Amino acid sequence: MTMTTTNEMTAAPPAHRRIANADLIGLAVILLVAAVGYFLFPNNLALLTRIIAAALLVLSLDLVTGYCGVATLGHAALFGAGAYAAGIASAHYGINDPLAMLAFGIVAGAVAGLICGVVILRAHGLPQLVLSIALIHLFHEFANKASSWTGGSDGLSGIAPTALFSLYEFDLWGRTAYVFGVALLVIVFLLLRLIVRSPFGMLCRGIKEDPIRIRSMGASPKIALTKMYVISGAVAGVGGALNAISTQVVGLDSLSFTMSAESLVMLVLGGTGSLFGALTGTVVFMFFEDVVSAANPFHWLTMVGALLIAVVLFAPKGIYGTAAALITRRREAP
Amino acid sequence: MQPIFEVRNLKRAFGGLAVTNDVSLSMAPGDRVALIGPNGAGKTTFVNLVTGNLKPDSGAVLIGGETVTSVDAIGRVRRGLVRSFQVTRLFADMTPAEHVALAVLQRSGRAGRLFGNFLGMPGVMAEVEDLLGKLGLKDLMHRKVSEIAYGQQRLLEIAVALALRPRVLLLDEPAAGVPQSDTGRIEQALADLPADLAVLMIEHDMDLVFRFAKRVIVLAAGAIIFDGSPSEVTKDPRVREAYLGSYANASHAA
Amino acid sequence: MQTVLSIAIDALAYGMVLFVISIGLSVTMGLMRVVNLAHGAFAMIGGYIASYAARDLGIGYGFAVLLAVFGTVIIAVPIERLLYRRIYGAPELTQVLMTIGITFCIIGIANYVFGPTLKTVPLPGELQGSVDLGFRAIAVHRLFAIVCGLAVAAGLWYAIERTAFGVKLRASVDNAAMAAALGVRTEIVYAVSFAVAVGLAAFGGVVGAELLPVEPYYALRYMVTFLVVVSVGGAGSIPGALIACLLLGAIDTTGRYLMPEFGEFFFYLAVIAIICVFPRGLAGRAKG
Repeated sequence: MTMTTTNEMTAAPPAHRRIANADLIGLAVILLVAAVGYFLFPNNLALLTRIIAAALLVLSLDLVTGYCGVATLGHAALFGAGAYAAGIASAHYGINDPLAMLAFGIVAGAVAGLICGVVILRAHGLPQLVLSIALIHLFHEFANKASSWTGGSDGLSGIAPTALFSLYEFDLWGRTAYVFGVALLVIVFLLLRLIVRSPFGMLCRGIKEDPIRIRSMGASPKIALTKMYVISGAVAGVGGALNAISTQVVGLDSLSFTMSAESLVMLVLGGTGSLFGALTGTVVFMFFEDVVSAANPFHWLTMVGALLIAVVLFAPKGIYGTAAALITRRREAP
Repeated sequence: MQPIFEVRNLKRAFGGLAVTNDVSLSMAPGDRVALIGPNGAGKTTFVNLVTGNLKPDSGAVLIGGETVTSVDAIGRVRRGLVRSFQVTRLFADMTPAEHVALAVLQRSGRAGRLFGNFLGMPGVMAEVEDLLGKLGLKDLMHRKVSEIAYGQQRLLEIAVALALRPRVLLLDEPAAGVPQSDTGRIEQALADLPADLAVLMIEHDMDLVFRFAKRVIVLAAGAIIFDGSPSEVTKDPRVREAYLGSYANASHAA
Repeated sequence: MQTVLSIAIDALAYGMVLFVISIGLSVTMGLMRVVNLAHGAFAMIGGYIASYAARDLGIGYGFAVLLAVFGTVIIAVPIERLLYRRIYGAPELTQVLMTIGITFCIIGIANYVFGPTLKTVPLPGELQGSVDLGFRAIAVHRLFAIVCGLAVAAGLWYAIERTAFGVKLRASVDNAAMAAALGVRTEIVYAVSFAVAVGLAAFGGVVGAELLPVEPYYALRYMVTFLVVVSVGGAGSIPGALIACLLLGAIDTTGRYLMPEFGEFFFYLAVIAIICVFPRGLAGRAKG
């Protein structure tokens, strides 16, 4: 080991230009996949829109689990809060403008994120995990019992969004909903790309690696993580609102432990700590689910379990993470 | 001159055993003090009490005349009491530039910003390059920390601490684990520390202590047994007793 | 007064069942530092085996219990060898994923084999009916559950505090590396503890089948309940687990008696409140 310095890094391109390129490539890939989906499955746009809503939930989970290292099995609480807020605004208060419903979803998601963040961040390790599970059950029970607002186990119906920008009706084939969803996903994706490499994103990466070091730099990990939870809640709220607007019903399953666990499976399948990983995992998982679960929901559960075990044993970095590592290795090879 | 850093009658016991027993010391800006002591003297507990990671049973800690005994660790950092770690605690996946930038941003209240990148922030990059340049790390600034040598990581620890613009700097064995060939670079970095900064260095290596410190404090069994100039410390009978006594015990135990 | 007594007896019985099921989880978590979300699934397997043996094959209750305990251990040991070994010392998220994967698999398979309906474990004549304590009649089964819980607590206390194996176990819990250096074969300690933990879970699953009905989603439904016992009581602490179980039993039973509509809601609220107040557990020993 020598302390003399070398000059090999000076030739590297400026980091921010490389990052911007990755953004453009990511954007192009999302739009390409969205267009291919539109033309391949014109009769199943509802499924594709559901995938987008799930992708927003998984992106939201990635913010706290992948970027901040908080393991949670209750993240659907944020998604469900957004879905119910958008749905209740329409069904009970006649607020039917999709953008206004979206705003309700975002705010409710952020508030749910704040509540969950404050509670979950009080503990670490196992107690933290238990808190996250108890929270999702609590939200679920609350929605179940407040049936005059939420419709209880029958689900919330009577959601009737008006035309988007007063121009595009939400048609029976789900075209408007799909395009709306793609647009939301693109906007959220680009915003999150900005956030994860902002000073705040860097702070969160530091907290994930060593919260004590961050404290000794004078920053409060708890405040930063709570803030990330609020952002995460807003993103999940977008997903929930999209789901309410496109399906026009909200069910208790959107506030369930199963959904929370599945979103974690999707994230890990794709690869934590990467927005591309979150998207990849969601798409693969949801297609897989659509094929398998039609047969028998319990076979589906067995498959998910086996899939999880396989990912942990054979591809702990997930699909995207493993692929990215392979490509980097090939590039670095002479 | 008014002291920038003061410890008054600090006490802390664990289960009846006084690990820090009535410790008082005072430092002025520009002081270069070394804190030494045999193993088990209570140096780690003292550092934890001073930085706010442990609560004292009694006594007070003051930074710039302000009592901070009830202020938590984060608050003390913000008031200018910064520490480095004995074992490097850096973020393996981040670059030196990111480390220093994070410290600069945190100090200037910009670490919570959701948009923009430090690479494009006016002032931040200049300060990062300046600090890393002084410590000879500029050419490595975009490498991952896990890829740079241990000696360079130790220098980066110092860079992160300096980026927080401390008034009092606690250096916990800054040269620990660094090969002999590289200690010179670290000693140079210590010699170049800002002149008005009060530095308290916890160190085992007596060569380094004698070259760096203008004043030496010896801690033994939780109490200060010597506070004076480096030239007198080896002559002090109590210090000899504390050190030689502990070595005698150690050889018995072995 | 009558209600208070009914609640107290039911709470005690429920708490004891919780204790029997979760104490194994507590010990293995303290020992192996594995967040095991699949523990409830093993209790469920025990319940299924006992139900099948007693109801479909007509085997006597006592023998069905034994069959359930050993059957579950036989199923669980290969899972420990093949899957759990690989996650000892792994990051928490990895452990969560692996064990929840195992849980999902067991639920799916249980449903495939036994169907989605509730399964009962028929009680023998001696455990049916009630005994009159003079001022009050108590269901014999409740008493049986309480006695089982006390017996397990006493047996475990003896095994851990008074036997050679207990010494090795405590040494391994405190410092596995040091215990290994001193000649304790920690692998065997791990394997035996895991088997005992699973066996106890199965036992609790059978004894508690009246209170926690056996059905495929059992493992998910009570997951948080078992985990909270460990996180509140502190991993590896028998008194901690006992106190936590009695507390949770009291909260859950009281909620169901007084507010049957909102029982579960208040149970989860109480769980959250307890953990928020004691984030390191009642005994303060739980490792984060």
